Amino acid sequence: MLKCRTVWKKLAPLARSSSTLCRQNVKRTGLNNGRIPTCVPAANMSTGPGGLGGDNLKYTIMVGAACVGSLTYAYFLLKGDQKRYQERIEEITTRSQRSSKEEAATVQSEPPAVEATQTEAVPESVPEAAPSPEEPSPPAAPAEEPAAPAEAAAPSETTAPPPADEPVVEAPPEEAATPVAAPVVEEEPAAAAETPTAEPPEPQPEVVAESAADSTPASLKVPSHSPYLLIGGGTASFAAARSIRARDPGARVLIVTDEPDLPYMRPPLSKELWFSDDPSVTETLRFKQWNGKERSIYFQPPSFYINSEELASAENGGVAVLTGKKVVHMDVRGNKVKLDDDTEISYDKCLIATGGVPRNLQVIERAGEEVMKKTTLFRKIEDFKSLDNVSRNAKSITIIGGGFLGSELACALGRRSTESGLEVIQMFPEKGNMGKVLPEYLSNWTTEKVKREGVKVIAEALVKSVTCKDDKLEIHLKDGRLVKTDHIVAAVGLEPNVDLAKSAGLEVDSDFGGYRVNAELQARSNIWVAGDAACFYDIRLGRRRVEHHDHAVVSGRLAGENMTGASKPYWHQSMFWSDLGPDVGYEAIGIVDSSLPTVGVFAKATAKDTPKAATEKSGTGIRSESETEDTATSPVASVTPLPPVAHKDDYGKGVIFYLRDKVVVGIILWNVFNRMPIARKIIKDGEEHADLNEVAKLFNIHED
Amino acid sequence: MSYCRQEGKDRIIFVTKEDHDTPSNAELIADDPNDPYEEQGLILPNGDINWNCPCLGGMASGPCGSQFKEAFSCFHYSKEEVKGSECIDNFRNMQECMQRYPELYPQEEDKESSSQGESSSGSDSAAPSDNSALISESDSTPAAASSDSTSPTDSQIAS
Repeated sequence: MLKCRTVWKKLAPLARSSSTLCRQNVKRTGLNNGRIPTCVPAANMSTGPGGLGGDNLKYTIMVGAACVGSLTYAYFLLKGDQKRYQERIEEITTRSQRSSKEEAATVQSEPPAVEATQTEAVPESVPEAAPSPEEPSPPAAPAEEPAAPAEAAAPSETTAPPPADEPVVEAPPEEAATPVAAPVVEEEPAAAAETPTAEPPEPQPEVVAESAADSTPASLKVPSHSPYLLIGGGTASFAAARSIRARDPGARVLIVTDEPDLPYMRPPLSKELWFSDDPSVTETLRFKQWNGKERSIYFQPPSFYINSEELASAENGGVAVLTGKKVVHMDVRGNKVKLDDDTEISYDKCLIATGGVPRNLQVIERAGEEVMKKTTLFRKIEDFKSLDNVSRNAKSITIIGGGFLGSELACALGRRSTESGLEVIQMFPEKGNMGKVLPEYLSNWTTEKVKREGVKVIAEALVKSVTCKDDKLEIHLKDGRLVKTDHIVAAVGLEPNVDLAKSAGLEVDSDFGGYRVNAELQARSNIWVAGDAACFYDIRLGRRRVEHHDHAVVSGRLAGENMTGASKPYWHQSMFWSDLGPDVGYEAIGIVDSSLPTVGVFAKATAKDTPKAATEKSGTGIRSESETEDTATSPVASVTPLPPVAHKDDYGKGVIFYLRDKVVVGIILWNVFNRMPIARKIIKDGEEHADLNEVAKLFNIHED
Repeated sequence: MSYCRQEGKDRIIFVTKEDHDTPSNAELIADDPNDPYEEQGLILPNGDINWNCPCLGGMASGPCGSQFKEAFSCFHYSKEEVKGSECIDNFRNMQECMQRYPELYPQEEDKESSSQGESSSGSDSAAPSDNSALISESDSTPAAASSDSTSPTDSQIAS
């Protein structure tokens, strides 16, 4: 009895703290009140001359067992904590912070803790006590407190949603274990009954993975082998996945992407999403197509994909996406890749569709942190969200770059400027918008149209330096002009991602950049490359690298076909399109480079000839349905109508041929839609035509 | 009257409707329908179904892909008087599978597969909308100006 008392005295502070914590919990108050008061008198009574006899003895035994158990647990916990702490430090230093991975590590260390408690001591306090010591660790607490009461006793702990798990285990390494010990002890027995039996170490990751999988499409467990491995989760990759699944029944396809999102399409990010009336568009990412129907930018909803753990066992195979993982090393001899968390995946056939990273101006990179913070390199969903946010708050945005992306963003923001008073400036070194694509006369005409969209266009502008002054950016141009603005969007090109070239031993093209592949998109025996990153041999037009959406689809599909044994070269010519406001829209195919000689055949235009009119008039034959993409031209048309033209220099609609050695290698259909098949045919033929006016007749440009 | 101008290397021609009334004398090379390189339509030259046709959208590649392929193959090769009448079970399997993924296959209408897979459900379903997202122009190529001549003139003209 005396021993009991001394032991009890040792644990008194713990008991007191735990009882205070317990009282905070509403649910268990009854139990607490019943229990705690009796503990204190028990200490006194134990030295009494005999006391209550049997009851007292029973009680003493229980309390003694609890104390012994808690001491044992505390000891094991401290040991485990130290070990875990060391492991954690190692983990943190070797890889970037990703909580999903930590869950696997931390939850796997749970079982040792669970098994350590073999006590049957009745819980003095409650499971919810455990979260409370984590108040010192701020990130954990808010998530845990509301979660914990809801879970009550049972298997809560280890099957709790991973974010809840993580803080529980993260806390111990951070603080002294003692305060945690007693409450955790009490928590363990409650869970102990079910957890040791239900969750031995091995199924543990699966349990967590299941709950993780329910909440997110990403899963924790990385499969060790996948017959088809697609590196990169963009348009080309998705097109290849679809192609593989269509041709190889039951194929198992694994997509590995370093983005957190499932595969999505990019064109709406700089076009349709900006024209949406929905204020929550940055969350929903839905846009209206030409036919009024809405769709998401994601190619497929999450239910289309299966979890990576199920990939090996799924009866009919499927497509699994592993988000947030980057492939850092490729072993071609061993047919395997290594991810940034050191896991390895072996493959039978691999596709590299890593796309690219937006280029930045050297002057901006050198300008320092302040300037970089106010600069957007536009490519992904998060860039769209952040630019949307900026456009609502800033007074002035400058877009550097006069190509497709720059001009489309300028027009989209220009439209916003009419409502909000936002100043939109676009600057570029060429003489006019799309200066590298359109012949000069057309580029000038387009620039005028862009200006009408509310954009201040500064042509022939070379940026010399950028500084940040008084929270505003100052752009100094080489010719002395100064532009003051709040935010910069740099749309100056794409750097293809060839990080794996070195480890894989793949050739990189010096002229165009990207991985060098043959006409069948193959780099080496089991490796194909598609999309923006592929510098391929086009049988008709020669070696090139194309950065357009339709090309990603076509090349992805072709790569998928070749991965399933087709051996087809790049033959179906991809196209691209752009809309610059409601008046200017064009589709193009082939090599469209303004340095080539061109022949343009234009119709005397009428007010009917605009993309807006084209979409409204024609029914199913809208170019967006016959071409790759559904494009919503602006539903909100508040622009000045095209004057009925007889003016000689108005380029309302027509066809422009780009020639190389007298052969047509590129065609632009200017405000003329649904004629792409004819254009494709002309390029495929590769003939020398004496009179291009005759060829232009094939397009019927005067009709709608 | 057409009007022509030259600006440096670029030539600009303005034409009226009348100018373009006369048929073109530009020559196009006849297409070979059996060209293995070309994108095929829904039905391949040997009579098989082209599961990779963009017109099918994601039907053959999604979670219910195998059921769809069975049902549609059965229908395609069916020689019954009422085409596809013996394929009811396959279609039922397909429908059951699709009901498990309402997000992918919205259930407004009966999912009977027609010869054009994507036109089966007219409403806002995932298949047509995602189909049009990935559809390239191959399905409109058969309609392109090409004669049905079988001359194997797929010769590559030197460019």
